[in-house]
Amino acid sequence: MSAHAWFILASYAIATLAIGGAALAIVLDYRALKRALDKLPASPDEEARK
Amino acid sequence: MLRFANPSNFLRLAAVLVPAGAVLSALTLTLGLYLAFFVAPADYQQGQTVRIMYVHVPAAWLAMFCWGTMTLAALGSLVWRHPLADAAQKAAAPLGAAFTFVCLVTGSLWGKPMWGTWWVWDARLTSVLVLFIMYLGLIALWRSVDEPAKAGRAAAILTLVGSINLPIIKFSVDWWNTLHQPASVFRVGGPTIHPSMLWPLLTMAIGMTLLFITLHLMATRNEVLRRRLRRRAILAAEAGDSRDTPRPLQPQEA
Repeated sequence: MSAHAWFILASYAIATLAIGGAALAIVLDYRALKRALDKLPASPDEEARK
Repeated sequence: MLRFANPSNFLRLAAVLVPAGAVLSALTLTLGLYLAFFVAPADYQQGQTVRIMYVHVPAAWLAMFCWGTMTLAALGSLVWRHPLADAAQKAAAPLGAAFTFVCLVTGSLWGKPMWGTWWVWDARLTSVLVLFIMYLGLIALWRSVDEPAKAGRAAAILTLVGSINLPIIKFSVDWWNTLHQPASVFRVGGPTIHPSMLWPLLTMAIGMTLLFITLHLMATRNEVLRRRLRRRAILAAEAGDSRDTPRPLQPQEA
């Protein structure tokens, strides 16, 4: 084990948490938006595009 | 290209590209981490600590790449008034903030054992900190203005003005005396870094870029859906109002 292993591990852990957290927030936001959209009827212009 | 800039076409395209991007970025990052930890040698001066480079440098590139992406979207928003450009710009800001945060923190964790300090107010570090603050400012601006079109115009102007920081970050190590090392990959005369470290670095950079593109597509899709939800909610409220309000008597009914 390197004398600086703590610095290396902390770097990768923080990168995983920050970017993984951003990814998780995006996925949860998507699910919440889909649920909210399902509760409301489509607008006439959306119907026309189907 | 403009055909895919239509929000409905974009949603169909994103449905195909997001899973493909997720798989590709996962595979590339797995390969990159393997190369970074098990194939790349330790540095003759820095020892194992050099392995922080494989996450720090791609994060730094993406912090700037993301602002570059937002600058293009800001032009699309101001010149063509395209709603998808607004959405792409808004979606990129939190991702750019995340990558800049990773760049700053991993740089600090690399600096402590190598330089003997967590932080110095030199040109490179300070200009990247300014970039991070600008990302936070943009996120705050989007949240403080209710009307998306008005917020989009203000954010586009701030993004264009802020893009002046990109060459300052890039050339800060050449223009001023800094503790930070000069460029060793993107420089005139080619990379100075040894191929045994360059290839793992480039693999990690490609993996993180693919991850950024995938997350940006997902976040832009969320923005398109948020605007669709807003429109549906307004239409539903208007329909509710027209049912509640007594209809004025028509002349033939009088």
